[in-house]
Amino acid sequence: MHIVVTIKQVPDTNEVRIDKKTGTLIREGVPAIMNPEDKHALEAALCIREELGDVKVTVLSMGPPQAGNTLMEALCLGADEAFLACDKAFAGADTLATAYTLAMALKKIAPVDLVLCGSQAIDGDTAQVGPQIAECLGIPQITYAERIKASEKSVEVESGFGAVRRRVSADLPALVTVGKAINRPRYKTMKGIAAAFRDKGVQLLTSQDIKVNPGRIGLTGSPTSVKKTFVPELGRAGRIIDGGPETLSLGIIHTLEAENLLPKS
Amino acid sequence: MSIIIDTDICTGCKRCIPACPYDALAMEGKKAVRTPACTGCGACLDACKYSAISLAGGQGRIKMDITGFSGIYVFIETLGGAISEGSLEILGKARELADSDAASRKTSRVTAVLPGHALDRMPEELIALGADHVIIIDDPRLAVYRTDYYTRVITDVIREKMPEIILFGATPLGRDLAPRIANRIKTGLTADCTGLSLCSKDGILLQTRPAFGGNIMATIVCPDNRPQMATVRPGVMRRAKRDSNRIGTTETMALTLGKKDDLIRHVEVVENTKDAIDFEDARIIIAGGRGIKGPEGFELLGKLAAALGARIGATRAAVEAGWISRAHQIGQTGKTVRPDLYIACGVSGSIQHMAGVMGAGRIIAVNSDRNAPICEMADETYVGDLFSILPELTREITERKTTAA
Ligand SMILES: Cc1cc2nc3c(=O)[nH]c(=O)nc-3n(C[C@H](O)[C@H](O)[C@H](O)COP(=O)(O)OP(=O)(O)OC[C@H]3O[C@@H](n4cnc5c(N)ncnc54)[C@H](O)[C@@H]3O)c2cc1C
Ligand SMILES: Nc1ncnc2c1ncn2[C@@H]1O[C@H](COP(=O)(O)O)[C@@H](O)[C@H]1O
Repeated sequence: MHIVVTIKQVPDTNEVRIDKKTGTLIREGVPAIMNPEDKHALEAALCIREELGDVKVTVLSMGPPQAGNTLMEALCLGADEAFLACDKAFAGADTLATAYTLAMALKKIAPVDLVLCGSQAIDGDTAQVGPQIAECLGIPQITYAERIKASEKSVEVESGFGAVRRRVSADLPALVTVGKAINRPRYKTMKGIAAAFRDKGVQLLTSQDIKVNPGRIGLTGSPTSVKKTFVPELGRAGRIIDGGPETLSLGIIHTLEAENLLPKS
Repeated sequence: MSIIIDTDICTGCKRCIPACPYDALAMEGKKAVRTPACTGCGACLDACKYSAISLAGGQGRIKMDITGFSGIYVFIETLGGAISEGSLEILGKARELADSDAASRKTSRVTAVLPGHALDRMPEELIALGADHVIIIDDPRLAVYRTDYYTRVITDVIREKMPEIILFGATPLGRDLAPRIANRIKTGLTADCTGLSLCSKDGILLQTRPAFGGNIMATIVCPDNRPQMATVRPGVMRRAKRDSNRIGTTETMALTLGKKDDLIRHVEVVENTKDAIDFEDARIIIAGGRGIKGPEGFELLGKLAAALGARIGATRAAVEAGWISRAHQIGQTGKTVRPDLYIACGVSGSIQHMAGVMGAGRIIAVNSDRNAPICEMADETYVGDLFSILPELTREITERKTTAA
């Protein structure tokens, strides 16, 4: 069985700051990390390998050369093989073009039985790439997985789906997107790190290698574009009221009264 | 730009026929040909194994013929025999867009698309809440949501009606379905929008959403492809005022499944987890943050909430500390709320939290730190220790109620 986990390198949004004057992101010094949910997807793949035995786990990313570091990390965690779709022509892709490129890369490294993605990436928060890859490949998708039971032929998934929990099953090949509730990702071990650097490496895939249609990739293949960005304006009156507990609580009661929100009985 | 089929290369394999979202390819003398329905979307390009299909004018950006598209369409999500509140909010927004000054012939009509089973009086309800037209697809096979059948149904609607805009809720269901459809018909999709408007210059949809953990807002457009698609965050838009005299039309469509539409083997709902906390009709919400210090703090908040008839919200910090369940979380990764009054206690005012309360009528804060960011984001900040202010406030309100009674 061959499982491919798609992994995105993202800026750690916890560390992102905004230049209030220019309204732009300060990216300098912001660490690049493996998208958190992708780590859970990788963990899920490694668990399936441990359970079923004869399983190969491949990781795949599309991104600039630095994204290779994140794939290296995945190899250290135990992935068997890593591919990075890396080409200037891929740059500027929206989800449609990203999913197309990843799907074509998956066709290149076929046969693939199970594709695992994070349900969403923390930089764009779109949650669109997984389902779009599945559609490109014409295979079933099951999203927001909290439990995965895989066999050689099929997969059964339980997911939190808003107001309900669902159990969905599909024949392989299939694509599953994974949320954080599914597992606790393991840590790197010295042995894993040594093995990754000694025996494994990241293989590059260019647009030539994966036979993409040039009209479908990168900026050219992206129907959406960003018209403008701005810093959210959340400011309000900002009145500060000081005093002891009684004064303050009376102040709040005045506001409640003024808004006609004080219960009568 | 338009699609060219090289008849010398075409083998007549017919693979491209089902790939066309608009049914615009046909066979003529064992060769594929375009019919006038072709929008130039390019979905057939990848289907051809022999590279017989290409774009006129080389390999630039695919530009569709967008002239034939019109109308704002809203996908209606139902659960347990009821229309979801989020869908009604989006319908309200669609109505507002259609009635706005920037609306044109292409964006003046609102259609609700209602797939499901046993839909009863829902169509009338949708008309009363802003729809001009309702497309009903009632079929027992649509009773429980499944990606494959729903994708088929909505792409069929898109092919037949050619919407200018189609909107979905940014719920797990909407976010499972919309990308699959956008990919099948090769158009753009903007996720989780918190703002929608029509451009006053060219009438295209301006789709605003938070990015990078809410640190920045981005306005996204989809200029050359149709329909323009977006998922819209629940809790942000307002539903329209109910008007049972509104006039609208309905039509029914059938679910027609092909061989390739059976992708899912089995789907069942194993549990109903609809969380007990319903912020939708709350006039007052009292939220607690890390400054509440523990579950006991939330008991204090609970007493005040009971006295005021308010609901309890929380920051992610409080939820992750395990002081209160996740259903209470408000903000970027929690719920979006718009009460008349929001009282934030021991909340610092992080952008991710405040993103969820932007729509509140009034925000007041209780915080011991006069330099906390929330002081600029609230209408009023009461500077002091919440552990002495809140009990005092609860006592005072209860006392007033008993004297009034
Ligand atoms: C991608 C991303 C998404 C996120 N999504 C969300 C989200 O949806 N919702 C959310 O809430 N957060 C979210 N966060 C987390 C957010 O950034 C903050 O960490 C969090 O909101 C802080 O919670 P807090 O205000 O309770 O805690 P703190 O920031 O620690 O603030 C505690 C406040 O309590 C005050 N205080 C302390 N003691 C007292 C006292 N005795 N009396 C009065 N005041 C007191 C302090 O002065 C301080 O201002 C997200 C973060 C990221 C990166
Ligand atoms: N450039 C990329 N390379 C690899 N995987 C990606 C990429 N973009 C998105 N993904 C995958 O798709 C998931 C959802 O991403 P998004 O749709 O951007 O929220 C991620 O968790 C990844 O698994």
